[in-house]
Amino acid sequence: MKSLEELAKIREKAAKEMNIRNETHGYRIVVGMATCGITAGARPVLNTLVEEVQKRNLTDVKVTQVGCMGECALEPIVEVYSPDGARTTYCLVHPEEAKRIIEEHIIGGKIIEEFTMEYYHRKQAK
Amino acid sequence: MNELSLYILDIMENSVHADAKTAELIIDEAIQKNLLTIDILDDGRGMDKDILKRVYNPFYTTRTTRKVGLGIPLFKEQCELCGGDLVIESTVGKGTHLVGTMKLDSVDLLPMGNIVDTILTLAMNEMNVDIKYTHIRDGKRFIFDTREIKKVLNNVPINTPDVVIWMKEYIIEGLNNIN
Repeated sequence: MKSLEELAKIREKAAKEMNIRNETHGYRIVVGMATCGITAGARPVLNTLVEEVQKRNLTDVKVTQVGCMGECALEPIVEVYSPDGARTTYCLVHPEEAKRIIEEHIIGGKIIEEFTMEYYHRKQAK
Repeated sequence: MNELSLYILDIMENSVHADAKTAELIIDEAIQKNLLTIDILDDGRGMDKDILKRVYNPFYTTRTTRKVGLGIPLFKEQCELCGGDLVIESTVGKGTHLVGTMKLDSVDLLPMGNIVDTILTLAMNEMNVDIKYTHIRDGKRFIFDTREIKKVLNNVPINTPDVVIWMKEYIIEGLNNIN
């Protein structure tokens, strides 16, 4: 049985980690969660991101949600804010892409060009 | 959308963004009565009669990023397709109450789908709105309330990944117990 005592232990561990890290030094990942995002598959993307962050023990990475980002046809949209404040917008993200974003961008520090909205629009313009 | 739990997430996102303190979901599967009831309540800013009349219209939305609001019309259509309906009551400054009903034996009834991920997504909301979720299956009930969780967590955020994974297992277990 899952118990609240178990949750209290998780709390102790998380509180310690909060004291060590400086929140502003980590990555922030934002997922669009309006009707357009939800319909396109944003819920499993959010949950995959949280699971990957937990599995890899990335204690300085925050995963959050936002409403409609105005590009409904390109949902699910995921934005990554790097520690220096730079923003990368990824579009048409599904759980497989989400895993790669964690691996290559968050851990590896390398933007995945072909997943970005910029790349998508450039390709469309050709 | 092919899961009821996605409709629920979509509708409850409205509550989360309506300055509510608490958003509540009650799913009642009354197999004897052949009736599925999805109750959604919040204590948010509510809607006046004019807005209430227009929310069923897909071309009505309060958002500014686009011109169409599909959440409520889609859910209403789903309820009616399954021999039920959607009733919305709302009072400005007090909150909103939606009750969707569906016949459990309707051939058009969508599967509930991943209700656990819907609750987790809501629990992780950025507006710090508390979520209470009650699931009743033939009288047996499971209750999940983020206020209880936050009491234990103290100042640790509820969207801490370790906490989210714990909540996930907690809800799965609770739902199995009423099966």
